[in-house]
Amino acid sequence: MRPLTFRKLFFQCLLLLVILFFVVVVALKFGAVPVSLYALGRDLLRVLLGQSSQISSDYGLIIQNIRLPRILLGILVGASLSVAGTSFQALLRNPLADPYVLGVSSGAALGAIFGLIAEPHLALPPDLGALLTPVCAFLGAAATVAAVYFLGRRQGQIESNALLLGGVITASFLSAVIVFLMSTVNTSNTRGMVFWLMGDLSTSFQRSVFLFLAAGFFVAMGVIYATANDLNILLTGEKEALHLGVDIRRVRFVVYVAASLLTGLAVSVSGAVGYVGLIVPHVMRLLFGSDHRTLLPTSALGGAIAVVIADTLARIVVAPNELPVGAVTAVVGAPLFIYLLRRRLA
Amino acid sequence: MSPSRSSTVPRTAPESTRLGTEIRLAVEQVSYAYSANPSQAPLFTLETTSFQARPGEIVAILGPNASGKSTLLQLIAGVLNPLSGRILLNGFVIHSLTPRTRAQRIAMVQQESRLLFPARVWEFVLQGRHAHGRSLRFESSNDVQIAQDALMQVGAAHLSDRLMDQISGGEKQRVILARAIAQQPLLLLLDEPTLHLDIAAQVGLLDALRRLAARYRYTVIVVTHELNLAAEYADQILLMQSGRCLRVGPPAAIYQRELLEQVFQVPLKVEMRGHGRPRVTILADS
Repeated sequence: MRPLTFRKLFFQCLLLLVILFFVVVVALKFGAVPVSLYALGRDLLRVLLGQSSQISSDYGLIIQNIRLPRILLGILVGASLSVAGTSFQALLRNPLADPYVLGVSSGAALGAIFGLIAEPHLALPPDLGALLTPVCAFLGAAATVAAVYFLGRRQGQIESNALLLGGVITASFLSAVIVFLMSTVNTSNTRGMVFWLMGDLSTSFQRSVFLFLAAGFFVAMGVIYATANDLNILLTGEKEALHLGVDIRRVRFVVYVAASLLTGLAVSVSGAVGYVGLIVPHVMRLLFGSDHRTLLPTSALGGAIAVVIADTLARIVVAPNELPVGAVTAVVGAPLFIYLLRRRLA
Repeated sequence: MSPSRSSTVPRTAPESTRLGTEIRLAVEQVSYAYSANPSQAPLFTLETTSFQARPGEIVAILGPNASGKSTLLQLIAGVLNPLSGRILLNGFVIHSLTPRTRAQRIAMVQQESRLLFPARVWEFVLQGRHAHGRSLRFESSNDVQIAQDALMQVGAAHLSDRLMDQISGGEKQRVILARAIAQQPLLLLLDEPTLHLDIAAQVGLLDALRRLAARYRYTVIVVTHELNLAAEYADQILLMQSGRCLRVGPPAAIYQRELLEQVFQVPLKVEMRGHGRPRVTILADS
């Protein structure tokens, strides 16, 4: 018997944090202005240590104001989507659940678009107006999870295939509505269809949006993490969980709201980036096991690593043009989804 | 009656030497009705049922399919709420306990759902400690000790590091029992624990149950189809038929040919054996 200890968890997370640091340094290097890896690593450490005033080099502006914000956005989006995917997999007892595959991202995107359309008409103060989009995205995500959940139910039980099929159909329907809205409604929003349907990290945001996103992530992550032990037992089986002391209704509700919030936050700033919530938790399970006390934090870090890598690839493979980051994640994620589906049916 | 007085009044318990004298589980006038739609007539009803069980006692619930055995077990587990009456465990109404408190006092052994992700036997048994700790925490050395003891008690200590989907049905059933023991319950409920087990595994499991009930003073309630195993191991038999509890009593009183033939709809023979436990032989059609 080797039960999980805090020490073990700490070292697993530390390992991933070190990997994330190196991935960020490499990601910062790529761009129009050449910069040495050593200088990047040194300066990034200085930023982390709160000594950013010591960076005297002329490229500091490019790094700090252009490349780094995009990478930070990727980190938050990746972490949010991976934790949301892990949560949906436990909540729906389906290892193939993912915000994108289930249509939840499309629901969040539609919510966000409604928020953007409504915002000029509501005459809100600017700070509150900026929050309207993520809040609407959250509501869209929550409504879609509920819809897909009921589509996937057969006689009180969630039926795996009906659930996935329901999700795919919902995603297709919502995408059509998004295309319709984007083609007919004239908004001040400069983000296009590709942004909402495929996901893209190239939009720049104000500092306040960042802080809101980060705060939302840590609150939702904390709330989900508090149920980690319950999720472990819930995954063993619902009727078992009843007898092992899990308050199933409370856990379900809390995880449902928090995971919808994470999806909504991520989609409101990056559109519907797909498959991150599917691939990352699976890889982390292979590496560190399926205990949610490990799986949730390692998935968050793994998601951050995956999206930063995917976005770097999206920037360099067809340079000087750029791909949307969702195209890269889908190219990797869709075949993996097929593989997992076939292995499960076999 | 005050508790102090009740402890001084001697009870007429026939087996008070082995069994505790106090009542641990009291099922009082409990009924239940299930309907898919509230406006329609119920699809299934459990008529008023009462019985009591003491610490260390094994109660077997017998009856044909759809007689209400599992419903009664779910009511005792606190998962279903009775339509009328109440079920007391050491004086507390079971279905008003929180899920966590309930799991500290009642453990259930049932047919397991399929696991979605591979789990080791020791991880599975440690789940039994869930209700005894805070929601987010790491298992203490005490939890590990209890889980190891539980595996030892059911003779499955050697399986500890195996994967759950790589052990046999009989081994799995013992591991599930170990998880229930790790809960350190007052009440151990088993829903057809011998299903899919070969005869040696069935006897092994019930021997383990009897030993555990005697040692840890569990009150054991077991739903089963095995008439002879129930006769051999149970202190009390609850005989059920289409939602009604027909009789409650020791095996010798319940195992009567006419009664069993009427309930199970097969011709059979009942012999009384030397140690006062009956044996049933199903008579093949001649």
